[in-house]
Amino acid sequence: MAEPLALILREQFHEPSQQRETATLGMWIFISTEIMLFGGLFLAFTVYRMYYPRAFIAGSADMNIALGATNTAALICSSFTMALGVHSAEIGSRRFLNLFLALTMVLGAVFLGIKFTEYYLHYLDHRVPGPGFFFAGADASKAEMFFLLYFIMTGLHALHMFVGEGILFSMILRNRAGSFSAEYHTPVVLAGLYWHFVDVIWVFLFAIFYIEGLHLHKW
Amino acid sequence: MIPGLLLVAPASAIAVEYDWLFWSLVVVCGGVALAIAVFVVWSAIHFHRRSENELPPQIKGSLKLEVTWTVIPLIIFLGMFGWGASLYFEIERPPANATEVYIVARQWMWKAQYLDGRREIDELHVPIGRPIKLIMTSQDVIHSFFVPAFRVKQDVLPNRYTTVWFQASKPGKYHLFCAEYCGAKHSGMIGYVYAMEPRQYALWLSQGAAEGSLASTGEKMFHQFGCANCHHFDGQGPCPDLKGLYRRPVLLTTGQTVIADESYIRESIVDPAAKIVAGFSNVMPVFKNLVTEDQLVELVAYIKAIGPEPGTQQPSSAGSVPASYGGQPGISGSGPAGISTDQNRAH
Amino acid sequence: MATVAETPAVERNYLNQGEGILSWLFTLDHKRIAILYLVSVTMFFFLGGLFALLMRLELLAPRAWLFNPEDYNKLFSMHGIIMVWFFLIPSIPTTLGNFFIPMMIGAKDLAFPKLNLLSWYIFMFGGLVTVFALIRGGVDTGWTFYTPLSTTYLNTYVTAAAAGVFIAGFSSILTGLNFIATIHGMRAPGMTWFRLPMFIWTHYATSLVLVLATPVLAVTLLMMGVERVFHVGIFDPALGGDPVLFQHMFWFYSHPAVYIMVLPGMAVISEIIPTFSRKPLFGYDFVAYASMAIAAIGFLVWGHHMFVAGLSVYSAMAFSFLSYLVAVPSAIKVFNWSATMYKGAISWDTPMLYAIGFLGLFTIGGMTGLFLAALGIDVHVTDTYFVIAHFHYIMVGGTVMAFLGGIHYFWPKITGRLYPEGLARLSALIVFVGFNLTFFPQFVLGYLGMPRRYAAYPAEFQMLNVLSTAGASILGVGYIFPLCYLLWSWKYGKKAGPNPWRATGLEWTTASPPPKDNFEVSPVVDGPPYDFGRMREELHLG
Repeated sequence: MAEPLALILREQFHEPSQQRETATLGMWIFISTEIMLFGGLFLAFTVYRMYYPRAFIAGSADMNIALGATNTAALICSSFTMALGVHSAEIGSRRFLNLFLALTMVLGAVFLGIKFTEYYLHYLDHRVPGPGFFFAGADASKAEMFFLLYFIMTGLHALHMFVGEGILFSMILRNRAGSFSAEYHTPVVLAGLYWHFVDVIWVFLFAIFYIEGLHLHKW
Repeated sequence: MIPGLLLVAPASAIAVEYDWLFWSLVVVCGGVALAIAVFVVWSAIHFHRRSENELPPQIKGSLKLEVTWTVIPLIIFLGMFGWGASLYFEIERPPANATEVYIVARQWMWKAQYLDGRREIDELHVPIGRPIKLIMTSQDVIHSFFVPAFRVKQDVLPNRYTTVWFQASKPGKYHLFCAEYCGAKHSGMIGYVYAMEPRQYALWLSQGAAEGSLASTGEKMFHQFGCANCHHFDGQGPCPDLKGLYRRPVLLTTGQTVIADESYIRESIVDPAAKIVAGFSNVMPVFKNLVTEDQLVELVAYIKAIGPEPGTQQPSSAGSVPASYGGQPGISGSGPAGISTDQNRAH
Repeated sequence: MATVAETPAVERNYLNQGEGILSWLFTLDHKRIAILYLVSVTMFFFLGGLFALLMRLELLAPRAWLFNPEDYNKLFSMHGIIMVWFFLIPSIPTTLGNFFIPMMIGAKDLAFPKLNLLSWYIFMFGGLVTVFALIRGGVDTGWTFYTPLSTTYLNTYVTAAAAGVFIAGFSSILTGLNFIATIHGMRAPGMTWFRLPMFIWTHYATSLVLVLATPVLAVTLLMMGVERVFHVGIFDPALGGDPVLFQHMFWFYSHPAVYIMVLPGMAVISEIIPTFSRKPLFGYDFVAYASMAIAAIGFLVWGHHMFVAGLSVYSAMAFSFLSYLVAVPSAIKVFNWSATMYKGAISWDTPMLYAIGFLGLFTIGGMTGLFLAALGIDVHVTDTYFVIAHFHYIMVGGTVMAFLGGIHYFWPKITGRLYPEGLARLSALIVFVGFNLTFFPQFVLGYLGMPRRYAAYPAEFQMLNVLSTAGASILGVGYIFPLCYLLWSWKYGKKAGPNPWRATGLEWTTASPPPKDNFEVSPVVDGPPYDFGRMREELHLG
């Protein structure tokens, strides 16, 4: 039971297609600001990676590749379920939309759970930068830079994940209230864009923090 | 204002060239600005609305004009760029025969260390007609060494050396300012550079000599800190032979080659693990919190003084450094001291 | 273009549709939000101006006589932070931009009205945090927060001040986002890109810079804050960091930021000059492209703030070359504005006086930018009063003059009242004279070698400093007059019709003040802007 069109069309717009296109453009602009935001951090990482290659590779070797890879798999699957959710909205299937939104949230929660477990393990191993930091090996002080960037960048990413979970939850609530239909489901599409973006950022984070030192892992 | 301008009369060779460019820009820019101002004011008066309903000709534009006033300014700007860049090259490239003085800046004073061991605070005495190169570092925050009369300025950074050079042309007493905001007493971090005629300078030199030259003090430090226990000069021992090190290319364990400039020498003392010479291991203790910047200057001066073996190929002037390096050693432009040659221009 | 709307007999407009403070604090009307911002930025302007006045008083004498150096350091830091982030960057876009972008394109509101209101709240929250830092003791890092001074060596409210700026940055980003989406998606039928008023093009260019540059500032301040609070070393060399990296990241934002500050001023000038010359903007296409070029090339020149900071000679050359390139589109705009006046029918109303002042002062400011772009010249004058004079000529002689001109130009539309013309012209003259007396001597001081951020200076610099302070007091008077007579006119000014200046533009076809939905009838556009010829009948011209 979709809501009447008149209630969904905001005052400032003439027609639904204008509203939809403008809102979508708005989300893409927002995503470009996020790219610049993370971009600054990636720049800092690149600079210090160039200055201290040995230390950064050693730091990367210290990461828990199993947890990192699991997290990557969870997020990629969550993007898949999100895409299925958007598709469900497009064909007007509210039941499946609920299901896939919930699945996406669950996978996101799995990611966050593993991430914070990793943080805790790092804390136990004294990898948290600051007075308590400890890293065996000659490159200790430079490895601290690696871990500092790791915590800041993955922390910022985790913050975005939390916001994403909130957005997904609000989508579920609105869907249950009957706001979405095959004719109108723009918020779901935009939520999907945001979620995919956060996923893509993670893929890059995974690459720079986990993959580099793979060859040094003892399997 | 004219007397005021005389207060910063050019007192170095560069300053004269600087003033030529500066005043040429004043003439050109001032002329154009004046022309625009006159045109605008004249138009406002000449084309003043004659009646409330006046409708003037509705001219939309002119491609010819657009092209003209795009291309001509562009050409003029490129000329300014070229002249400014060529002056900059001169400012940034000290002559190879420049006399070196070490500067350590800290909140809020300038400490000078001469090669003959003399020290000064907030003052520099230099002879006219000879190029002087300052090798500078900061103990804390970023400062900036600025002598308006010489038209030179260079930021002084912690944990690395930057350089500036000048050749005083007129005797006098010239302001030295810190030009990078550095905290509470930034405006008090000032002093003077005294440029002296050769006779006065010789007189000044003869008074108050120091105990030993900078390099000989450095040699004492070299033994005092135990460097000599490992760094033998006979090619044996667990550490590299430092004789003739200065300005030579050094192969590292990573396969990269760096030039042993002042920054490299300093870094090797405070952060030995950063660059390890090929064929050696990482056994050198870290002296970071054990040695002051002043002592580092002495050690660097000593290493430079035990320079190359006679007959060894040595780069003698800017531009003749080994191809793999790509620039002037020890000049502002390196990252945290002495990063590898390829990335020496990281910024 | 649409026909001129009849002035409604009963004056229901955006100001009186909805009463009470809550209807303002929860408004979604872009015009009311513009007024909220106008009040806020005006307050910040006078606060920043107060700091400037105190600084200039201190600089009357060579010794630190009024303030101790530590407090003086706080004054110039707070002056910079408040003026840059809480006045200059928001000023024109959030007031005149918010009010007139929808109207100029024939829309009812911005694309995202709730986001617009949120922007204002975020802005005020950021301002609150910064003022909190101020009251609790101030910050003395300079507006540039250079490390390691700001992270390791100062005990003032650095983190709080940086947090306030960080928060306000999100307000900027959301405003820019709103404008881009609006200009793309909300144009009236017939309003093609090349029929847009130049105000829109220029704000579009500004918005691109806002959304792409500001996040980099956010992340830079974030890292600086983390370093300071957790005692870790991202930018501190003692802990393995690189202080020059901070400068690169900071200026990567802060150079485009100056275009965020000046482009909206140019937007206003592009409206005023055609109206008061009664001719189309000369070279419309070129002015549009030039605005976009300034935004684009502006991202590539940040290193010119770092010529003596430790860049390699080759990087410095690249940045110098690009800095000269970015000067070309600004020159093109100045020539086009001047050519618009040629053979026009010029009136000397106050907005036009401000615009003419802008042309002169922005040109001088821009020319001195050519000095600074020359590598060899910059070595001597960087970090001196020459740079201070340069950017004040552009920011105050440019942006503030344009802001005042725009406020006067749009005042009848915003309030439905006319301001007192005689007093306004006198004020414009006072501002012009006061401004030049304040800042021209500073060019000389810089060449003579007086460094920036000095609480005390050698005695030989005193005369020029005294001249500058005298100018500043005149300038202050010049700013207070408009504050008074504009407020007075809101209640007692003569009532204005829909189009007192006989301007083209959709915003002048509707009532003054406009109704809540801007237009009684949605406009349809069928011709280019500034077409006085086509509109001669409606405007009673010729």
